[in-house]
Amino acid sequence: MTLTHSYDAPAPAPERLGVLDTLEAESIHIIREVVAEFERPAMLFSGGKDSVVMLHLAAKAFWPGRVPYPVLHVDTGHNFPEVLAFRDRTVERLGLRLVVGSVQEYIDRGELKERADGTRNPLQTAPLLDTIAGHRFDAVFGGGRRDEDKARAKERILSLRDEFGQWDPRNQRPELWNLYNGRHAAGQHVRAFPISNWTELDIWRYIARERIELPSIYYAHPREVFRRDGMWRAVGEFSRPGPEDEVSVRTVRYRTVGDMSCTGAVLSEAATVEDVVLEVAASTLTERGATRADDRISEAAMEDRKKDGYF
Amino acid sequence: MTEELLERPALATGTLFRFATAGSVDDGKSTLVGRLLHDSKAILADQLESVARTSAQRGFGGEGGLDLALLTDGLRAEREQGITIDVAYRYFATGRRTFILADCPGHVQYTRNTVTGASTADAVVVLVDARKGVLEQTRRHLSVIALLRVPHVVVAVNKIDLVGYAEEAFARIEADVRRVAADLGLTDAVSIPVSALDGDNVVERSERTPWYGGPTLLELLESLPGTDDEDDAVASFRFPVQLVLRPQGALAPGLDPDAFRDYRAYAGQVVAGTVRVGDAVSVLAPGHPPRTTTVAGIDAAGTELREASSPQSVALRLAGEFDVARGDLIAAADGAPAASADLPASVCWLAQQPLRAGSKVLVKHGTATVRARVEAIEGRLDLEALQAGPAEELGLNDIGHVALRLSAPLPLEPYAVQRRTGAFLLIDPQDGTTLAAGMITSGGAR
Repeated sequence: MTLTHSYDAPAPAPERLGVLDTLEAESIHIIREVVAEFERPAMLFSGGKDSVVMLHLAAKAFWPGRVPYPVLHVDTGHNFPEVLAFRDRTVERLGLRLVVGSVQEYIDRGELKERADGTRNPLQTAPLLDTIAGHRFDAVFGGGRRDEDKARAKERILSLRDEFGQWDPRNQRPELWNLYNGRHAAGQHVRAFPISNWTELDIWRYIARERIELPSIYYAHPREVFRRDGMWRAVGEFSRPGPEDEVSVRTVRYRTVGDMSCTGAVLSEAATVEDVVLEVAASTLTERGATRADDRISEAAMEDRKKDGYF
Repeated sequence: MTEELLERPALATGTLFRFATAGSVDDGKSTLVGRLLHDSKAILADQLESVARTSAQRGFGGEGGLDLALLTDGLRAEREQGITIDVAYRYFATGRRTFILADCPGHVQYTRNTVTGASTADAVVVLVDARKGVLEQTRRHLSVIALLRVPHVVVAVNKIDLVGYAEEAFARIEADVRRVAADLGLTDAVSIPVSALDGDNVVERSERTPWYGGPTLLELLESLPGTDDEDDAVASFRFPVQLVLRPQGALAPGLDPDAFRDYRAYAGQVVAGTVRVGDAVSVLAPGHPPRTTTVAGIDAAGTELREASSPQSVALRLAGEFDVARGDLIAAADGAPAASADLPASVCWLAQQPLRAGSKVLVKHGTATVRARVEAIEGRLDLEALQAGPAEELGLNDIGHVALRLSAPLPLEPYAVQRRTGAFLLIDPQDGTTLAAGMITSGGAR
């Protein structure tokens, strides 16, 4: 019962692999397991930093082959044009097929109603589930991370969804060792989260290490903004200041990239990836707390969306 | 500015350390986890504000009181009922290490949750209430930890403030822990007196326990050897094949088709040991005699490696024409495990319906999944007496010994030798649910 080591000693000699190498190896293992065990996988890809890293890991997992499944984007109709252009360029570069589910089409057909608060993020669930069912995707990769939100912290790496796409957080399969059980019945599908164990800082350090390209709005740039709900909102087609809002040009960047109608910018001078790594490490706010109106609705906003079948 | 920031813990390049927490009902585990996160500065301002708001609404600890347990409750039902339902994962970093914490609740399905958290953990922190000492559930937790062969056990003797920081109270519990640990064969169980509520000996040393000269909880977690340090230097190479990479016709854009015309490699993760180009390896396919070849190349997404070690994900190219498929195991030719269709194992039963002799199940071992039949239930572990007794069946949360017969022989080696290759799942062939965590107790006969 004696200590086999001294706690006063310096940290253990560096293991062969650092944190990023270990996380990368785990993610590639998960991506390969899903592709091996499912017939029709697809990967969610929005052009946001997490999905960009996830797709980069997929490209590594199957090298020298191309990523062997389509990518899927639910377009709210309020996306940043820079991000959509980046999305299309990336898909082209990797030779992938892009499947798009459109919130706008649902609104035009009268199947979804615009919300009073103007955000379209919660409206993505119906087009997402219909696209999954329509293409008979049986596994859908998502870039969710457990450090993002309290409900996500309880999510499995492979998470079963019932025929209505719903998540039942109280009845999840135990996930043991690195043995992932992806068995499911017809009509059910599985959401797979290969970057579950990455933090925001890991993502940025990896982007820096691998020199991964991101949409330009992640880096500091001058933009016309106004203040609303304690966040800096961009002036744009889908995000118009009211008569009482004071518009000014500020140097900002985006920490998360979602719908223009609910994503706020942060004041920042971080123009390079190295600057952003330093800024994220020093930040005193969480990324969702700083930038997402949709998560401020209630303590359980993310849990409620996830139960309904959200990402 | 930049230099100062680089000194910040989060930017130092440490290593990954996974640990789990386990505790009985109401021993303050959520508070301890909250304290660890709070005092290691892993909690950001907006999270803290949210906790302060809710604490004030509930009148916790007077003005400015923080109910740190709120930091770890993720689901609506958990906040409403004040209990933790499911394993939650937390992330924090210090100057020495990046930690992944699997916070395992002690209420509902505690064996299932503890087994889940312990399966990937380098260490488990077990909570004991200083007023109550070692309880039946503590013994159960320690048994599960011993069974899952978690390398390190830390017993946090919590609420030491409520026994007046008394050395005798701590010494008594430490002695009990030592006795139970010895019975279970746990060689590395360390007890620490803490108060999660006030923070004594969690991150900072407490002046109220001058009789205690050991490390704080965080100091200990920062200095325990990781799994990689301990096993891997001596472990024999193991590589379950996940996929065959043959990109003909579907080459990544920009690569030269001529250069990859005959490319064929086996994708997988090194789960134990190290492999080098030129090494002799055995390919073990279920139901086939082993074949030996050499490693012609190791690829990591366009980079050729000379060697690869656990836990790297790579692609291996083998010399000669070989038929290798998912479910096969590539292992060091010297010391490859023998195949057997008879699988003796310990299992933690995680399903509502009981396991009986004659049950038909699927065994998922590495990347192979085969059908199997339960030949016999050979005993159930009495977690109170810490001994195996006879049993007809295994119920929810039972741990027992079983004999399984596989539809095809698999390369088997004991969990005691290799955690990664000695583990398997039992899966319900009808509805796909995960039924049990399995650990091989002895290897295949040659």
